Amino acid sequence: MINKKVNSVQDALQGIEDNMTIMLGGFGLCGIPENSIAELVKKGTKNLTCISNNAGVDDFGLGLLLQQKQIKKMISSYVGENAEFERQMLSGELDVELIPQGTLAERCRAAQAGIPAFFTPAGYGTEVAIGKEVREFDGKMHIMEHAFKADFSIVKAWKGDEAGNLIFKGTARNFNPCMCGAGKITIAEVEELLPAGSLNPNEIHIPGILIQRIFQGEIFEKRIEQRTTRKRA
Amino acid sequence: MALDKNDIAKRIAKEVKDGYYVNLGIGIPTLVANYVRTDIFVEFQSENGILGMGPFPFEGEEDADLINAGKQTITTLPGASFFDSAFSFGMIRGQHVDLTILGAMEVSENGDIANWKIPGKMVKGMGGAMDLVASADNIIVAMMHVNKAGESKILKKCTLPLTGVGCVKKVVTELAVLEITPNGFKLLERAPGVSVDHIISSTEAELIIEGEIPEMVID
Repeated sequence: MINKKVNSVQDALQGIEDNMTIMLGGFGLCGIPENSIAELVKKGTKNLTCISNNAGVDDFGLGLLLQQKQIKKMISSYVGENAEFERQMLSGELDVELIPQGTLAERCRAAQAGIPAFFTPAGYGTEVAIGKEVREFDGKMHIMEHAFKADFSIVKAWKGDEAGNLIFKGTARNFNPCMCGAGKITIAEVEELLPAGSLNPNEIHIPGILIQRIFQGEIFEKRIEQRTTRKRA
Repeated sequence: MALDKNDIAKRIAKEVKDGYYVNLGIGIPTLVANYVRTDIFVEFQSENGILGMGPFPFEGEEDADLINAGKQTITTLPGASFFDSAFSFGMIRGQHVDLTILGAMEVSENGDIANWKIPGKMVKGMGGAMDLVASADNIIVAMMHVNKAGESKILKKCTLPLTGVGCVKKVVTELAVLEITPNGFKLLERAPGVSVDHIISSTEAELIIEGEIPEMVID
């Protein structure tokens, strides 16, 4: 077993420096690496380019990094829940690249899988396609999109083992598996870190080969963005 | 009388057939799930990575790790499955999802749709909408026929930044059901009590009208 375990979030985030590009998993506030984000706020790393589907809310998730003006550029598909984000974007302090969600996911997966570029129909004929190569396949128009290049991927999983194997829970899976191995170094924070051999190999979603550092997060607040319920009959 | 949002959802629910996998967008489309016939089997897909989405949880049973694409807490139904975002859009791009229902700000007579950006006013992002409209074979748009100022959103040409081109097949509004044909919008049905003349005067685009136009059946 090749041991990927590190003892603290501080050890896990070693080497993340100003001006780097970081991918972070999560959809809304679901499945975000919240311990790593909190530590990035403490470290005060600046001028980051962040690739993440959303930008958190004002006081949680990536919103915390935005508050401290640590993010130079955001690459996301949807950023609608964050007033500070909107303010920084409209004032020009924050550079924003909005891209279709499936393209965002596939650009992560392409980086993970060693595919430099691919064609997708998403965004053809829209402003997303401006400046991109267009090709017709089977009578349908597609645009070329490139794999992301990132210095670090930071993902969150439910369970992991010391070999770096990961299992996700529910819809907290989302972008996390696609980002594993997509950055030069992948950091996984997990709710429960187990000795190698504790997880059933049949049930592992992402094998440890894609993970360089794994640690157990201290606190998971797991904030709910839209609490919707129904009444009992 | 013009339909309300729930009535639009009820009418669209009639397009959902037994055995369909369906992706519902945010807003009126989400309501469609409430009105699908209970004697057929349908699975709802949410692009953040679930098939077999169930209703909202009972109070106290919310799970932060179980949400839909609108970030609302949900439940699963028997047969449900989870998957990652790349896989999720793979099943969308690969046309394994039978029906996509989404909202729009504008639709044009050649099937273009605009629903993600109002320059200078609203910049929230396209989320999964561009992937969905570019890939799905069967797209129904749920939208208001006119804006608050009474101006038509059913247009010859969209004025807002596009989400996709030539992709919409059917539109259900508070006034009408429209099909998009190679020759433009064809009026299929009118809301109960709404005249064809009222629909024509509320529509900027030309309408193809053949014979008697029946009223929508809502319930």
